[in-house]
Amino acid sequence: MQAVETLTEITREPRSHRQMIAIDKLSLVFETNDGPVHALSDIDLTIHEGDFVSFIGPSGCGKTTLLRVIADLEQPTGGEIQVGGTSPEDARLNRLYGYVFQAPALFPWRSIASNCALPMEISAQPKTHRNAQIDKYLGMVGLQDFKHKFPWQLSGGMQQRASIARALCLEPELLLMDEPFGALDEITRDHLNMELLKIWKATGKTVVFVTHSIPEAVLLSTHIVVMSPRPGRIVKVIKSPLPRDKTLALRDTQAFTALAAEIRQALATDHQID
Amino acid sequence: MTTLKKLTHKQWFAVLVLVIGIIIIWYIAALVMNGNQMINMLERTGQSWTYTQIFEGAYGIQRPPLPVPHQVAYELYDSIFNNAITSKRSLLYHTQITLNSTLLGFILGSLLGIIIAIGIVHNRTLDTSLMPWVIASQTVPILAIAPIVVVVLGSMNLTGILPKAIISMYLSFFPVVIGMVKGLRSADKLHTELMITYNASTQQMFWKLRWFSAQPYLFASLKIGIAAALVGAIVAELPTGAQGGLGARLLSGSYYGQTVQIWSALVMSALLGWVLITLVGLAERFILLRRGIS
Repeated sequence: MQAVETLTEITREPRSHRQMIAIDKLSLVFETNDGPVHALSDIDLTIHEGDFVSFIGPSGCGKTTLLRVIADLEQPTGGEIQVGGTSPEDARLNRLYGYVFQAPALFPWRSIASNCALPMEISAQPKTHRNAQIDKYLGMVGLQDFKHKFPWQLSGGMQQRASIARALCLEPELLLMDEPFGALDEITRDHLNMELLKIWKATGKTVVFVTHSIPEAVLLSTHIVVMSPRPGRIVKVIKSPLPRDKTLALRDTQAFTALAAEIRQALATDHQID
Repeated sequence: MTTLKKLTHKQWFAVLVLVIGIIIIWYIAALVMNGNQMINMLERTGQSWTYTQIFEGAYGIQRPPLPVPHQVAYELYDSIFNNAITSKRSLLYHTQITLNSTLLGFILGSLLGIIIAIGIVHNRTLDTSLMPWVIASQTVPILAIAPIVVVVLGSMNLTGILPKAIISMYLSFFPVVIGMVKGLRSADKLHTELMITYNASTQQMFWKLRWFSAQPYLFASLKIGIAAALVGAIVAELPTGAQGGLGARLLSGSYYGQTVQIWSALVMSALLGWVLITLVGLAERFILLRRGIS
């Protein structure tokens, strides 16, 4: 507790060494009619500022639940968690993070620009600033020409890009993404992966990314957290040896294949298919 | 063959067939009912009669038990086009009186319903304490309530349109409460969580999310509400000895056995109801389409 507090004080420390998320022996048990379900068990994890961390694992391993705990959308039943040096609730109240859901979750009665304006309206930012941010980030995701369109006039991939722009408009320190490209076709997905990498490099934000695609995790991450179900837990944390500057061509290299194999192995050793 | 097949799939064709069917049944029923009355009358006075006589007379007698469509149509035409709109003999004059209290009651009822629904979804105590009363209010027969409302308001020197509008309001607030409570609670889970991650206040949650999510439900309720308001206005005119309005027209028709007058007032109130619901439907389409909700 105290250690984390002092860490936030040291502003001169290099950005990449400051802790963004510190999780200690965290557990979450859902009480159901069929008895307790151990969604998360004994989670220890530290994520530093500027990291791109992927949670990967089969369904039911608690990767989304863990992300929701970080976002204060679920309450842990045991252990400690700090987000940006405070509790997840304070982090949420201070609007420290931006959350991108699996579905775009755009409001159908608002135009794309107006959807992006929503979080800034709520945090009472002036209109001129809102408009500048909207132009900047819609441009960054390549939707500047669609700002006056409504969500239903856009394809699924474009809608998801709009939802990412909406999260970026607040310029949060931390970007939490729950399988944001899970529902998209592979071509769109490749494209958006590269876009996301570009944005991450340009802004230097911390990203926590939930996925069940091994290539996606390898392509994007600096750290890969391999998880396993029943009870939901961390099997292995792999630090990527790949450079931060990545291209799609990287996928054909030996290093990429080796890392993918390591993840696959970590998933297999602990996951019996029953 | 194929053209016939195509024809039977058209909606207007189905409607047309139905209308023609109803009119045919109507004329047959009128022949039987009105014919019987004629026979009774003639036999009582000891006159002889023939079937041709009955057949010719059944559609023309004064105060028939069942007027036929062309009689009602003529009465409608006559009262609308052969009388000034300010004349008490004009059905439009009565329609406009009923319309005024319907609209006032509908507006009051909708506002009341929306306010009660907002209270119910935001306050647990209101949810448990108010909802049973809202439901109980609708189990009381409106015919029993209407004279009480008129007498009580009359003793407070409130007469004219207001007592009738209040009875309309009493009927129309209910569907709005039910629809709005459901609608305000219908906000998408993902949208709600998104608002939570933005640390949105209760007010922001309401004005930026719930209010919009509720609109499809609100319009469905408003359509029922405006029909209920019309019924309320007509019912309110019955026990109060009102001089004007479709309800008064129905009542005076039944006092004097003017069945044609009753039927034309009935047709007029059905038309009015149809127009009002259609208008709400148009507003719904315009607003929801523009907002991309439907």
